[in-house]
Amino acid sequence: MKPATRHSVPATAAPVALALCDPVARNPGMALDLRWVAATQANTNAIERRCASLAGRRSVKKDAQAAWLLKAIALIDLTTLSGDDTPGRVRRLCAKARAPVRADLLAALGMGPIHVGAVCVYHEMVATAVAALAGTGIPVAAVSTGFPAGLSPMATRLAEIETSVAAGAAEIDIVISRRHVLLGDWQALYDEVRAFRAACGAAHMKAILATGELGTLRNVARASLVAMMAGADFIKTSTGKEPVNATLPVSLVMARAIRDYHAATGHRVGFKPAGGISTAKDALNWMVLMREELGRRWLEPDLFRFGASSLLGDIERQLEHHVTGHYSAKYRHPMG
Amino acid sequence: MTVAEEFDRLDYGPAPEDASAALAMLAAQQGPFGLFIGGRFRQVTGAETFATENPATGAVLARITQAGPAEVDAAVKAARRAQKGWAATRGHDRARVLYALARLIQKHARMLAVLETLDNGKPIREARDIDIPLAARHFYFHAGAAQLMEAELPGRVPLGVCGQIIPWNFPLLMLAWKIAPALAMGNAVVLKPAEFTPLSALCFAGLCGQAGVPPGVVNILTGDGRTGAALAAHPGIDKIAFTGSTAVGRQLREVTAGTGKALTLELGGKSPVIVFEDADLDSAVEGIVDGLWFNQGEVCCAGSRLIVQEGVAERFHDKLKARMETLRVGDPLDKAIDVGAIVDPSQRERIAGLVAGAAGEGGTVWHAPAALPEQGCYYSPTLITGLGQSSPLMQEEIFGPVLVSATFRTPAEAVALANDSRYGLAASIWSETIGVALDVAPQLAAGVVWINGANMFDAAAPFGGLRESGFGREGGWEGLWAYTKHAGPPLPKLRPLKAAVARSDPGDGIEAIDRTHKHFIGGRQARPDGGTVYPITAPDGRLIGEAARGNRKDIRNAVEAARKAQGGWAARPGHGRAQILYYIAENLSARAAAFADRIAALTGNTADAAQAEVAGSIDRLFTWAAWADKCDGRVKDVPIRGLALALRRPVGVIGALCPEEAPLLGLISCLGPALALGNSCVLVPSGVAPLAATDFIQVLETSDVPAGTVNIVTGPQAELAPHLAGHMDVDACWCFGAAPLSAVVEHAAAGNLKRSWVSHGRTRDWLSPAAEGADFRDAATEVQTVWVPWGA
Repeated sequence: MKPATRHSVPATAAPVALALCDPVARNPGMALDLRWVAATQANTNAIERRCASLAGRRSVKKDAQAAWLLKAIALIDLTTLSGDDTPGRVRRLCAKARAPVRADLLAALGMGPIHVGAVCVYHEMVATAVAALAGTGIPVAAVSTGFPAGLSPMATRLAEIETSVAAGAAEIDIVISRRHVLLGDWQALYDEVRAFRAACGAAHMKAILATGELGTLRNVARASLVAMMAGADFIKTSTGKEPVNATLPVSLVMARAIRDYHAATGHRVGFKPAGGISTAKDALNWMVLMREELGRRWLEPDLFRFGASSLLGDIERQLEHHVTGHYSAKYRHPMG
Repeated sequence: MTVAEEFDRLDYGPAPEDASAALAMLAAQQGPFGLFIGGRFRQVTGAETFATENPATGAVLARITQAGPAEVDAAVKAARRAQKGWAATRGHDRARVLYALARLIQKHARMLAVLETLDNGKPIREARDIDIPLAARHFYFHAGAAQLMEAELPGRVPLGVCGQIIPWNFPLLMLAWKIAPALAMGNAVVLKPAEFTPLSALCFAGLCGQAGVPPGVVNILTGDGRTGAALAAHPGIDKIAFTGSTAVGRQLREVTAGTGKALTLELGGKSPVIVFEDADLDSAVEGIVDGLWFNQGEVCCAGSRLIVQEGVAERFHDKLKARMETLRVGDPLDKAIDVGAIVDPSQRERIAGLVAGAAGEGGTVWHAPAALPEQGCYYSPTLITGLGQSSPLMQEEIFGPVLVSATFRTPAEAVALANDSRYGLAASIWSETIGVALDVAPQLAAGVVWINGANMFDAAAPFGGLRESGFGREGGWEGLWAYTKHAGPPLPKLRPLKAAVARSDPGDGIEAIDRTHKHFIGGRQARPDGGTVYPITAPDGRLIGEAARGNRKDIRNAVEAARKAQGGWAARPGHGRAQILYYIAENLSARAAAFADRIAALTGNTADAAQAEVAGSIDRLFTWAAWADKCDGRVKDVPIRGLALALRRPVGVIGALCPEEAPLLGLISCLGPALALGNSCVLVPSGVAPLAATDFIQVLETSDVPAGTVNIVTGPQAELAPHLAGHMDVDACWCFGAAPLSAVVEHAAAGNLKRSWVSHGRTRDWLSPAAEGADFRDAATEVQTVWVPWGA
């Protein structure tokens, strides 16, 4: 490969600035429609079959692959959710968020600067992150509402949202009460998410369904719908702390729920798979799923995010391989 | 395009499979490919040749030899020479060869996949992920079948030399479906690949030697329909196995009629996809993609007829169209293509011609907006709604990426619409209610049913059709029956019971009070439509009585009654059917002496022999009563999470020309399996000696046999055979009558491709177990494979 000459061909196609020309209005939610919820089905075997064939049906190679991987970086909610997080650790992560790819690699690829979609932390780290990202346009997301189990008192959970918003979090990742889904109490789920959404105010709300604890794909489909009816801006698979986190079948079900909701209401809701997505190949699979099921528009950071911590490292290595033709090493890329 | 531009567009970009190795292999071929006969490729000097082309580009890939009658003869002779030795090998030795073939297919998977895509136009993804792995799997499964043959199929021996003719849609996979079971069971084969797609078969031929296939056990002849016709007509062939169009299948039925060659046919379809309102609609849409937009819709079992519940039809069509918009049509060598090239311009013209008729029939045609390549042979995925059932598009097999849609209101109406077809290959049912899905599945006229899925295949699960989709099964233990026969000498030649010339003086055998022997139709005794009778004589010429002389209208009435009764009879549990059979036996036993006298008078047999025939009849009724609740299906070990059930279902309406020589026992031997396994029947008893059968009507009348399940029409068999075998509502026709009738029946059966089972002028000892064995059970049932995947 000769990066110096590969990009000397002048651009002919106009850039597709989708996010700018077609902004997403916030999902206001709607009245709970229990008939719709009850009629929602998800056939596990068929869904698994679709997911199994998806990677084989679509293939992204060469320059297209590099571009898709760069886009994947722009979609990452770069995350640290550890008990031992400190301001120093968070500042290092934020530095990585601002400059996720080595400048020489970007130059070789003919790309300008890019940054990740957001930085995602616990409330105590919000202020540090906001300060570290000042002027970058990178939002800070806070996990909230008694993350990850969501079993603190409701008043505490609401207060937690408000406190994080006050501290500068532009996005709030809430967790739902799994028992409402497991007991089929859709009204309780709706009311809970509605209250969270009100507490978020101007901050965007991602509703974490913790799909690994919902038992069936049908529950995932129905919980997705209820969360959107209650006004979620994003629906998100997992906290990263459940025994099973983001899987393609769960993501397919949620993407289809988003499509149905959009068809019925005209509102676009975003999707965030989180937990366990750690390789460039994984990222491509998820992006293909989004492109196939929801279309190109759902590959922008206002409608799609990866919740991930180690994904970026693998993508960096793949990009260097693309540029140099040689497999890369982890230590060649600055850590976050 | 720069990376920055790609970053904005996020298109897939080209992902071409490397075809250079395959193309180099083709380029290295000097002159036309030869014919694979006796273990080596033979060039035929002066032979006609033809080109095989890449439908995606029109480029000529190779030149192929047209095998003529002399080459067919040479191949059949080579097969004949090799077959005895191959059959004599241990199952384990054959298993090693089949195992080697499976491994070699895997080792050469990429070459074979690329050849398949080049020659056929199918997407490389499908060739790579579906065709080639399934072909290898077929050889693995049948390596096991060969290994276990001696232990698990005792008393079965190979048929001999099998002529196999396969289509262009799955060239290597269909080859595997044909060759693997044939070889496993010790047959030798002469296989003709389709003229559009011979390359993978020629490549396979090249692997046979390395796998240890003895020379002559596999012969591969390329050519067009003329080669196939010569193969089918060759007297040295014991069996023809064909996959292809219904029209050619019908021709093969006609040309093999009366020759004694075994025949299995896997033909066309118009398979329904039934979507209930409680289905996972998105998954059902994806099922249609898997079912119809697979191999460009050039699939015999393509789910090409959508039947969707009316209340969700509009939403479903919207979802379907949205999905169709994302289908990518184009260069089949691109790994990210969903729909490749149509195999040949003639096929594309045929598709376009059929679709052009839609508008005139009230249909709304919607083509997916996918951009088609500027050159090459392509057709857009298409949905047609609003057609009536009478439209040819709703009835004819299109064999292209075209879906037609209809709506239903109730499960019963869904079944009625699904079965409103001459075909009966496959069906899909989409519903989240297990009770609904499992209720509908066995009601469908389909050899394969997929519940909440589509196009699931495996070597362990039998595949094959009903109605005009053909007969015989491929895959599983069931498929092995189609490549084996009973061991032992051939059945004895029939010594026909001839009607004696009536003496002019009335004998003392005539009844004291004149009796009118009638037909038995729809539970009532019926006078012959033609208003005529014919004399029945004892062997010495004494007149014993007169029997109704049936005609085509009597057959019509009987079939109508049988059809009406069949569903209800089949719906009874086996235990209930057994009760009726026992009751018949009970009532027959009560009149045993009278029947023995009648048989003795009709046949001239000794009293002992006549009594033995009555006792044998009662015994046989017990046998089939016993089987009525024991003809279980099997559960198949298939590589899905779920089950594939091979159900034994009744054939439907069976017409039987009963043996002349055993007037009561022959009739009972046909009636027993038919009734026990849920069929209704139209029996034509011994034409020479029908009075035992007409006496038997009184037994039936007193045995609670539901009206129409058994119908008896008397008359000379030669007169009735063409009408019974030609009737389009008869599902199977059995013939144990005089030798010439076998050809008549097989020929007439071509009309609706009913299953025919004929004796070719041979008989069996009707008192022996050979007259109640598995042959009868198989002839009275169809295997229906129901795939039931699951997942919480």
